[in-house]
Amino acid sequence: MPTANQRTSVPVIVDEEKCIADKGCTVCIDVCPLDVLWINPETGKAHMKYDECWYCMPCEADCPTDAVTVDIPYLLR
Amino acid sequence: MNVNDIPVIDTDVLVIGGGTAGPMAAVTAKEQNPGLRVILLEKANVKRSGAISMGMDGLNNAIVPGHATPEQYVKEITIANDGIVHQPALMAYAQRSFPMIEKLDSWGVHFQKDETGDYDMKKVHHLGTYVLPMPEGHNVKKILYRRLRRNRVEIENRFQATRLLKDDQGRIAGMVGVNTRTAEPIIIRAKAVIMATGAAGRIGLPTSGYLFGTYENPANNGDGHAMAYHVGADLANLECFQINPLLKDYNGPACAYVTGPLGGFTSNAYGERFIECDYWSGQMMLEFFKELESGSGPVFLKLDHLAEETIQEIETVLHTNERPSRGRFHDGRHTDYRSRMVEMHISEIGFCSGHSASGVWVDETGATTVPGLYGAGDMASVAHSYMLGAFVYGQICGESAAAFAAEREVPTLDEAYIAAELERIRAPLAVTDGIPPAQMEYKVRRLVNDYLQPPKVTRKMEIGLERILAVREDLPRLCAADPHELLRALEVQSIIDCAEMAARASLFRTESRWGLYHYRVDYPEQNEQDWFCHSRLYKDEHGNMASGTRPVAPYIVELGEEKDAYQKLRVKKAANA
Repeated sequence: MPTANQRTSVPVIVDEEKCIADKGCTVCIDVCPLDVLWINPETGKAHMKYDECWYCMPCEADCPTDAVTVDIPYLLR
Repeated sequence: MNVNDIPVIDTDVLVIGGGTAGPMAAVTAKEQNPGLRVILLEKANVKRSGAISMGMDGLNNAIVPGHATPEQYVKEITIANDGIVHQPALMAYAQRSFPMIEKLDSWGVHFQKDETGDYDMKKVHHLGTYVLPMPEGHNVKKILYRRLRRNRVEIENRFQATRLLKDDQGRIAGMVGVNTRTAEPIIIRAKAVIMATGAAGRIGLPTSGYLFGTYENPANNGDGHAMAYHVGADLANLECFQINPLLKDYNGPACAYVTGPLGGFTSNAYGERFIECDYWSGQMMLEFFKELESGSGPVFLKLDHLAEETIQEIETVLHTNERPSRGRFHDGRHTDYRSRMVEMHISEIGFCSGHSASGVWVDETGATTVPGLYGAGDMASVAHSYMLGAFVYGQICGESAAAFAAEREVPTLDEAYIAAELERIRAPLAVTDGIPPAQMEYKVRRLVNDYLQPPKVTRKMEIGLERILAVREDLPRLCAADPHELLRALEVQSIIDCAEMAARASLFRTESRWGLYHYRVDYPEQNEQDWFCHSRLYKDEHGNMASGTRPVAPYIVELGEEKDAYQKLRVKKAANA
C-alpha cells in the first residue's frame, strides 16, 4: 500500500534565536514524555518533529533560555 | 549471558514505569535492602514522566487522623464502587495513607496546612473528608528524582518494555524491550518485577479527534495491561471503564475537587446544581451523562458567582500545577471564570484504577497472579487509588519485591520466546509501503468510541469486537519508518489488545453496575444474585482471551445504613418546585 505525506501545524514552537541546542543543550528533548522534540539537522536547533503533543509543558517550563512556547493544538483550540 | 548476540542485563528488582508508583517502588526496594540491584525502566524520562509530569494539585483520598479513619474510608470506597472491591487491599492502603503523607512531607512535598499547622482537609466525597490540597504541588517529580539518585537506583530512560518473561515454573524472569530512539533491543533478567505503567488511557478517541489529546498522559497507552495479559496474569473488572468529567476539548480535569471547597460546582445550562457530590464515581458520571444529553445540557463548571479573590486563588492552583496549559486554553477562547461558565464533557474510555477499579489484579501485598510480578498505581486493580494510592502501593510492591528477590536464585530464560519477541519487535521496520501506526491507531480507537463507549449495547459490542479483530488481522502490514514510529507501532499493538479486552470484559458481565462505567442498556439492572463478584480476564492454556469470576473477599468493614448513599447523587427537587 503506497503512502502519502500530510502536513500539519504543530503546537510546540521553538525560538531559534534563543534556542541553544546547537551548543549542546537537550533539556526540552530530554523531558518530553512523548519524545516528539528532536534536533533539526539543518539548523542544529530543537524542533517539533512529530505532531503528538499532550500540551503538558515540561519543555517550556524547563527550557533554560525561554525559547519554547507550547500552544494548544489547533484541533482543540 | 547473550541471547541472539544481545547481552542480558541482570538485576534483582526491575521496576517498569518511572511516573509516580515506580520511583516509590524502586526507592523502597533499595531502602529495604541496599545490597539489591534495582533498575527503573522508563519509556520517557523519569524527570518528567507519567500522569503527574507537571505535578499534582491535591490528594483526593487522604486519610488523616482526626478527619477520617481507615474503616470509614474503606466503607466509602466500597459503597462508591458498588460493593465490588478487595477490601483487604483498600485497608492496606488506608492504614498506610497517613504515614505516606508524612514521608512525602519530610521529603519536601508541600501540602496545604491551616494556621495551626494541621493538614487543611476538605470535604468533596459524599460521606467523609479526604481531600488535601497541594497548591504548590508542582515539585513532586523533582523530589522523587532526588530520592532515586540518593538511593542509587539505576535509571534506564527511553526504553519501552514490550513483553515480560517467565521461567519454566511460571515465575517472573524479566522482560524484553526496545530503545525508543535507536530501536536497539534490551533484555533484562530479573528476580522480581514491579509494573507501574499507568493507565490504559489511549484506547478511545477524544472528542477533539486529536490522537494525543487524551485525558491521561498518552504515553500511558496500556503497554502494562497488554504485557500482564500475555505473561498470564489476571486482569480484573476491565468493564468498569474510566470515564471522567472534563473540560470539553481541552480534555483535562475540570477539577471540581479544587473548586468545590471554594464554592465552585458542576452545573447544567441553567446554572443549577444537579449532583449532590462532585467526587468521581460511576453513579456521578451517569447523572452527568444524563444531564449532558438532556434539555438542560450541556454541563458546565460554574465559578462566575464567586468573589474576585476566590477566582484568583482558583486560577493560581489550576493554571500552575497538574495541567498548566489550561489557562492558555481558556485565553484562546476568551473564557473568563468571572463571567462565563466553562463547558464540560465526558472523556474517552480507559482502564484506570486511580479513578475507577479496572486493572491488573493485585492483592494487598501488590502481588499479581504471576509469582514475582507486582503491580502498583493506575494499572493495578486497587479501586480509587489516585496519586497517594500509587505511592502507597509503590511502597508495598517495593517491600514485597525486595523480599521475593532476596530469596531467589537467578531465573532461567526461555530463549525461543525471546527470539520470537525480538522478531515481533523488529517486524514493522521491515515493512515498506504498509499501514503507518497513526492510521491504524486512529481506526481502532474510533471503533472503540463507536461500539464500546457506554451506554453499552450487546449487539453493538459484538460488532465492535469483530471490527477490532479485523484490525488485528492487518498487523502484518503495520510499518515503521524510524525508531520513533516503531515505538508507536508497538504501542498500537497494546492498544488493540486493550480494545479487545474492553469489548470482551464488557460483554461478559451481563448486568449494569458502576453507573455509566458499565451501563448496559439491555441489562439495565444491577444483579447482586449473579454478579456480586469480580470479573477476571486472562489468557487460557490455548492462548485465547478468556473470562471468569473471582469471589469478593469477605468484608472487613460492614457497610451499614449508608450502603446505598451513592445511588442517590441527583439533587432532589422540592415537592412544590
